[in-house]
Amino acid sequence: MIDTLRLTAKEANALLTGGELSSDELFAAYRAAIDERDPDLNCFLHVCDESPGAGIPIALKDVIGTKGIPTTAGSKILEGYLPVYDATVTERCQARGLRTIGKTNMDEFAMGSSTENSAFGPTRNPWDPSRVPGGSSGGSTAAVAAGLAPWALGSDTGGSVKQPAALCGVVGLRPTYGTVSRYGIIAFASSLDQVGPVTKTVADCAFLYSVIAGRDPCDTTTVDLPHPVEIPEAEDLRGLRVGVPRELNEAEGIEPGVTESVQAAIELCRELGAEVGECELPRSVEYGLPCYYLIAPSEASSNLARYDGVRFGLRVSPDGIRAMYEETRDEGFGDEPKRRIMLGTYALSAGYYEAYYGQAQKVRTVIRQEFAAALERFDVLVSPTSPTVAFPLGAKTENPLAMYLSDVLAIPPNMAGLPGLSIPCGLSEGLPVGLQLIGPQFSENVLFRAGHALEQALAFDVVPPRLA
Amino acid sequence: MTWEPVIGCEIHVHLKTQTKMFCRCATGFGAPENSSTCPVCLAHPGVLPVPNERAIEWTIKLGLALGCDIAPRAVFHRKNYFYPDNPKGYQISQYDEPLCMSGSFLLPGVGGDTEIGIVRAHLEEDAAKNVHMGGGEGRIHGADRTLVDFNRAGMPLVEIVTQPHLRSSEQTKRFLQLLRQTVRELGISDAEMQEGSMRFDVNVSVRPEGSDELRTRTELKNINSFNFAAQGIEREIQRQIAIYEGGGEVVQETLHFVPGQEHAAPLRSKEEAQDYRYLPEPDLVPIEPPAEMVEQARAELGELPSARIRRLETELDFGLAEGLVTSGRDGLYERTPGDRRAVANVVMNELAAAGLDPTEVNGEELGKLVEARDRIPREAFMKALGASGDGDFKAEDYLGEAVIADESELDPVIERILAANDENVAAYRAGKQGLLGFFVGQVMKETGGKADPKVVNTRLRELLDRS
Repeated sequence: MIDTLRLTAKEANALLTGGELSSDELFAAYRAAIDERDPDLNCFLHVCDESPGAGIPIALKDVIGTKGIPTTAGSKILEGYLPVYDATVTERCQARGLRTIGKTNMDEFAMGSSTENSAFGPTRNPWDPSRVPGGSSGGSTAAVAAGLAPWALGSDTGGSVKQPAALCGVVGLRPTYGTVSRYGIIAFASSLDQVGPVTKTVADCAFLYSVIAGRDPCDTTTVDLPHPVEIPEAEDLRGLRVGVPRELNEAEGIEPGVTESVQAAIELCRELGAEVGECELPRSVEYGLPCYYLIAPSEASSNLARYDGVRFGLRVSPDGIRAMYEETRDEGFGDEPKRRIMLGTYALSAGYYEAYYGQAQKVRTVIRQEFAAALERFDVLVSPTSPTVAFPLGAKTENPLAMYLSDVLAIPPNMAGLPGLSIPCGLSEGLPVGLQLIGPQFSENVLFRAGHALEQALAFDVVPPRLA
Repeated sequence: MTWEPVIGCEIHVHLKTQTKMFCRCATGFGAPENSSTCPVCLAHPGVLPVPNERAIEWTIKLGLALGCDIAPRAVFHRKNYFYPDNPKGYQISQYDEPLCMSGSFLLPGVGGDTEIGIVRAHLEEDAAKNVHMGGGEGRIHGADRTLVDFNRAGMPLVEIVTQPHLRSSEQTKRFLQLLRQTVRELGISDAEMQEGSMRFDVNVSVRPEGSDELRTRTELKNINSFNFAAQGIEREIQRQIAIYEGGGEVVQETLHFVPGQEHAAPLRSKEEAQDYRYLPEPDLVPIEPPAEMVEQARAELGELPSARIRRLETELDFGLAEGLVTSGRDGLYERTPGDRRAVANVVMNELAAAGLDPTEVNGEELGKLVEARDRIPREAFMKALGASGDGDFKAEDYLGEAVIADESELDPVIERILAANDENVAAYRAGKQGLLGFFVGQVMKETGGKADPKVVNTRLRELLDRS
């Protein structure tokens, strides 16, 4: 019997290459786990009965296009939509033999921090099913935490990999903007969207990143990695300069239990040989979130215009073109996309552009400069990934602003295009706490190295006790 | 009061690249509906645009031909609006950072050159084609249903915007013709109006002559021929003048030009009040054309049509020079030796009437033919001209038959015809001079078309006037 709860991707792969298990048997084991546990968790929007490839399974967030496999981005407007082409990341996974086991649940169009905005019902946190898994990639992080897939891909626009990884006690990477192709990823906010790995270990994360990263001719915003991905091995942090940005660690709303775990991890950095110092990111933390909520909705209002009922997806067809647009979009989109389309449409309107979108772009430059200055002094910056542990379902659904604040710590580095790794660093009230490691552009290898050393020293048990 | 028209143009030109602007679908006219489409130009979820480099190079080339500055950094923007022909819900275009800006196009004229300022030339993608079925007079409102053909969606399109520097319908027509020829010679577009590869909108206003104010303008859309442009502009100028002289005010509106209709029909004013919510296209990085690329394009330009008109005008009159250049016949004219005016006339008139492609005609041989024009029968000349586009055409094959110009040979024929037509001779002498043509025709008939018409004319007059 295979213990999918504990098996890492590396171990699963070793079982295959060692001839102890066939790819089909491994696939069947995860399918059995899905059949057993997913009815309670709702991690998957679609489960594949068979899937080509000779390697280990992978779960893909439903924002990632898969040819011939339903892809809805968690929205009713794309219910039943079958992509006619594969996303580049899908192709790259397939080229390495990875078998798509299913499409994971998410907040509609990746807009949300709890996966409650899915049109197909929320995903529940494997650590406590009365709580949310975080979002928007909550289906992917919960699936990995519950042993329903050895690893998964999510997407991160404003913390959508990092935050749910933290809340589900798994590893999540938001890569440097431009290192992973967005071709075939249903767009939310193009200047921020990045696909990232969700795994049980940092080594798995590094490996999966090496599979998906690198220039894609279909996405002209991508670049080749300046150096190859290194699978981390070092167990110390000697020579590493770790910065603790005060505002990211002392922001209002950070739960004491979260602070406690993160402080312990920072202390551990010292013990592992890192040089730890304080720094400041005053404007990034103050303006990161408001700036994000101008830029992301603006781009979203444009990106979501194609869901008009003309060529694919839902069409509500009353008399007249205008009514068709209005009723298709009214029925097809949930409240959060509608809210953001309205925000973005307003921010881009004639007479408001300079004050909102234009101004936010300028602030973004300031944030970039502020991070660059801090990252001249330090190799890595650390903070909590999320101010809170997993919160109960429904706790924030009536208050969008409270929900938005769930990403207040994850968003600032995203605005600067920087990579961020979230690793589990402890428990608070029996729920996982995530540590966010931020580095300069293309510093993923440094983040992996630091994350791996901490992971070894922390020895966090990624299996939720109630499932063990 | 005398009124002065103030006219500016927006010209759209399809680039004849092999593939579309942001995907690899084939361009081309006449493919079956929706056969040249892919996820990118159908705007499926997740697709991203990849710019066509050739289209960027060609836009730069065009910008240089229009005397524009080439931007060191140009940005694509999204122009957002909902319409079935706009699959993404936005068109990728250029906004405040276009590739080409601040140009000046030299329009030669009888009285000298006019500088037509070019505001900008930018690159964008075309929309799909809506076909409205049943009712609605070709508009979406009132139509029973609308079909969309996405073959055109994403075709590379250059938009050229001029300053309001044109002053008459006739000058505007000449500008558009010269611009089309320039575009064609650059090899970047067929600029065929029937196929829609060149379209233009014209902004028209009038003002009291001598004033420099800019009054309310109207926009004429849907123009697809030079003559319609001239007609439409002229009609609009007269309409505006009549409004001002009647004490009224011109209303800013967009007029849908329908040939043959007395008045252009206004489009719904709502379409003008659109807020396109431009934003920099986040899926594309800014274009930064390398200086070497721009310089190479500049070096490849060659002598532009406007300069050639000016040069040819020194040996011909302006009308002929302009006609040759804008019709693309000046190359043959320059390749053909001989009397310049005679060559120009043959190339511009007889050769055009014969429907020959000037690029296929051998200039040396044509020169021999033009030189012998008066020495051979017209029939033989026309036959030779008709064959001049053939690869193996030799003029000398047609020069064997000489015209009869010898009076001693023609006089007996003329006298015989006069003797046989007493009544007409009497009538001519009584003042019906128009009968001369009758006699000329008889002589030509009698000589099988070989008589030299000039000599026949002279001798007929002399003989008829003698007694």
